[in-house]
Amino acid sequence: MEYESVIGLEVHAQLLTRSKLFCGCSTAFEADPNDNTCPVCLGMPGVLPVLNRQAVELAIRTGLAVQGTIATTCRFARKNYFYPDLPKGYQISQYEEPIIQGGWLDIEVNGQRKRVRLIRIHLEEDAGKSIHGEHLADPTKSYIDLNRCGIPLLEIVSAPDLRSPEEAKAYLQQLKTLLEYLEVCDGNMEEGSLRCDANVSVRPKGAQRLGTRTEIKNLNSFRFLQRALEYEIERQIEVLRQGGTVVQETRLFDAQRGITLPMRTKEEAHDYRYFPEPDLVPLRVDEAWIARVQASLPELPAARRQRFVTQYGLPAYDAEVLTASRALADYFEATVQRFPQPKVVSNWVMGELLRALHRFQHTPPQAPLTPEYLAELLQLLDSGVISGKIAKAVFDEVYETGRRPREVVEAKGLVQISDAAALEAVIRRVLAENAAQVEAYRGGKKQIFGYLVGQTMKATQGKANPQLVNQLLRRLLEEDGP
Amino acid sequence: MELWRYTVHELHARLCRGEITATALTEAVLSRLHAVEDRIHAYLTVTAELAQEQAAAADAAFARGEVRSPLQGIPLAIKDNICTRGVRTTCASRMLEHFVPPYDATVVERLRAAGAVLVGKTNLDEFAMGSSTENSAFVATRNPWDLERVPGGSSGGSAAAVAADACIAALGSDTGGSIRLPAAMTGVVGLKPTYGRVSRYGLVAFASSLDQIGPLTKDVHDAALLLQAIAGHDPRDATSAPVPVPDYTQALGRGVQGLTLGVPREYFVAGMDPEVEAAVRAAVAQLEQLGAKCLDVSLPHTPYAVATYYILANAEASSNLARYDGVRYGLRVEAPDVVEMYRRTRAAGFGAEVKRRIMLGTYVLSAGYYEAYYRKAQQLRTLFRRDFQEAFRRCDVLATPVSPVPAFRLGERLADPLQMYLADIFTIPVNLAGLPAISLPCGFTAQGLPIGLQLIAPPFGEETLLQVAAAYEAATPFHRRQPALA
Repeated sequence: MEYESVIGLEVHAQLLTRSKLFCGCSTAFEADPNDNTCPVCLGMPGVLPVLNRQAVELAIRTGLAVQGTIATTCRFARKNYFYPDLPKGYQISQYEEPIIQGGWLDIEVNGQRKRVRLIRIHLEEDAGKSIHGEHLADPTKSYIDLNRCGIPLLEIVSAPDLRSPEEAKAYLQQLKTLLEYLEVCDGNMEEGSLRCDANVSVRPKGAQRLGTRTEIKNLNSFRFLQRALEYEIERQIEVLRQGGTVVQETRLFDAQRGITLPMRTKEEAHDYRYFPEPDLVPLRVDEAWIARVQASLPELPAARRQRFVTQYGLPAYDAEVLTASRALADYFEATVQRFPQPKVVSNWVMGELLRALHRFQHTPPQAPLTPEYLAELLQLLDSGVISGKIAKAVFDEVYETGRRPREVVEAKGLVQISDAAALEAVIRRVLAENAAQVEAYRGGKKQIFGYLVGQTMKATQGKANPQLVNQLLRRLLEEDGP
Repeated sequence: MELWRYTVHELHARLCRGEITATALTEAVLSRLHAVEDRIHAYLTVTAELAQEQAAAADAAFARGEVRSPLQGIPLAIKDNICTRGVRTTCASRMLEHFVPPYDATVVERLRAAGAVLVGKTNLDEFAMGSSTENSAFVATRNPWDLERVPGGSSGGSAAAVAADACIAALGSDTGGSIRLPAAMTGVVGLKPTYGRVSRYGLVAFASSLDQIGPLTKDVHDAALLLQAIAGHDPRDATSAPVPVPDYTQALGRGVQGLTLGVPREYFVAGMDPEVEAAVRAAVAQLEQLGAKCLDVSLPHTPYAVATYYILANAEASSNLARYDGVRYGLRVEAPDVVEMYRRTRAAGFGAEVKRRIMLGTYVLSAGYYEAYYRKAQQLRTLFRRDFQEAFRRCDVLATPVSPVPAFRLGERLADPLQMYLADIFTIPVNLAGLPAISLPCGFTAQGLPIGLQLIAPPFGEETLLQVAAAYEAATPFHRRQPALA
């Protein structure tokens, strides 16, 4: 029997607010443990939550960008459970009345467009972090850092519309790009700003009924998501093939071994005892607020991708790569403004720039080689001042030092030799030093021409104008021939 | 000079005229407190040193001609579930026996800004759960009118302190009657404001949707003064209402001419103490004589109030008390693992009544029971609100007993929680509907136990309450009678 997999994702995105969801504490990532805390996020007796309006605004932004329905009235709810890094003994979340319902996200896998429906998007506060401390004062104890506690999260729940690990990965990538564009979340999966749980089940191909699902928790990279799903789907199919049944449970992905393992047993299953949070009044979002947020929405990834094709004449592939990150697309457009040859700029951004960003772990705005510098470099190349090969060397130099391209070119004497007389002298010397090869060329081994070009470039440390070298070399080889 | 005998407004006048000093007043109150405390046990913490400092500061302000409020230099007591920076706040629980908050409740901040003097933190039923103050983990407060009887609860410490003149006035909190019931049982005035009128920030939560802080005072005028000081919107409490605060003392002299008084028939039930019924009916007659029109009204859902209350209040309490887990503050009983630490800490830290309510609350929120209990109770809440709305179409204020019985004996109801819960049948609907209500003395039993009259007004109708209460008080002698404590 052939099986198909059914996948839905729950994504937690940390909102880019300056302060926490229910108190004034900073959300800065870099802080000593428990520095960003106050009586409210520590859950001291008698304190009360006060809702951060900016977090609500970011939720509305997201809802509008996915065509969801923004609730005019919604409520917060308490999710009750005991855990040492959960100071109040409950998490303030949303349950029966989320702020956003419905909406969708379009993805593309192997050239196939697909619409993934969203069920809901809701606001909630993050918990703290338990540190089981080999490296801390007492290795037998656990420590708690509550800096993260109360940081606003958006939980985005998709419908079970995804049919393969590739689709799940594409959806998560698309969602990450969208949240970055909206400046709702920085999308940093390593720091935990974007986290993903996957619900997955399998069923005989063509079947209508859903199979029993498992939930895989805390998949914090695209690769882990894909690998965990691949393993889990295989595992479930194997269970069914053996005549067994899939157990509904929560599982964790062991990246080392590439397998998923059950996280908790049924006996420990939680009853969260949700009920409306009495410390907060119902949240009302009026038309005017929605309209204000709508007006402030930036151009979204899909629209920008389309525009890159029509406005700049870029291939679809280029448009896809450049718009995958808002910052990269901004970088590209800033460069094109100064050097209006989009395809040339695209090649350099997708090639040299992405390579360097990756190597130095930079985001585009952190690149020492700014759009202005890249445009200047391409200008130097375009006007023949430097060769393509030199340009790449200059790129690296500028990226590493942050100096202007023109300065680097001049300081290092990298200006291209386009003086025919000077170059002819160099070529004559090269020919004299390679008499045997010259003989062979003249004897009919025309492929030796390339070797001689190479020798000439070497003699000029790559500064010779390649077209001029070709031209002169050909003439000298013909002229002085027997 | 027995300065501790006087009211806030009387003392304020004398302080302003320079006849007395806040320091002398504070000394007088502290010495009265020490004289009676070993009999009534109203306090969990006495802050004599802080009181003396604050009194000195108040005197310095008076000397500069600076009068910030009618509370400047007045010795007050605060229920020990209201956070006071630097002063331990125990909630009468082993769990928080040594807990010293690093912050003030908003009401405390306001009292400090008003120049008031804090003499101590008063006893209560643990986490305000109870109607007799016997559920305190530390000591049972005695009723100053009869030391063998309870002062009511849960603000029994504050009520007893005011009744015994061990402070000039006090703050309590009221979730299902916890200000009004002890006020009635000790013969003082207790005002439970509209839900949202006073900030709850810093009030240790019992049931968040019902809790409200309010004053316990020797007369109605003082209730107006304290309410004035603590009322108003607080950005730190999302449930506090951005409704302007009127000048409450303006309402005091208005009389009751032209007002309609509703008397809900469901509040005079079989089994209630006949002396209580007679006193309340006489109070209604008195108000009629003063010019109010009286009307029979009905609040048909009243019989469901206690059940509804114990579902909602306990559900919220089970969640509100989850934070006492031994991890960050308060009691911790060490154990080999964290779950065992939770168990031991909570087993040792909470008393029987608190545990009972946490279990009941956890149960009604559990999967499979939520719909039958919590959701039904929420729906009923709407019906109570509607009952009152209907009644207030026809009248301005409702007059009822506070409790079906006067103060009972210590231990009498401890073994039977249901009997204990029934002490609150007339006060609970007010909390469920979020309304303001006041309890004031309206007579004594033959045995000399105080009886309370409850007045209930529509939301933010505190002025009406004070207006009617002041008129009644002016025409009756009950608030002037003192317990025979030597």
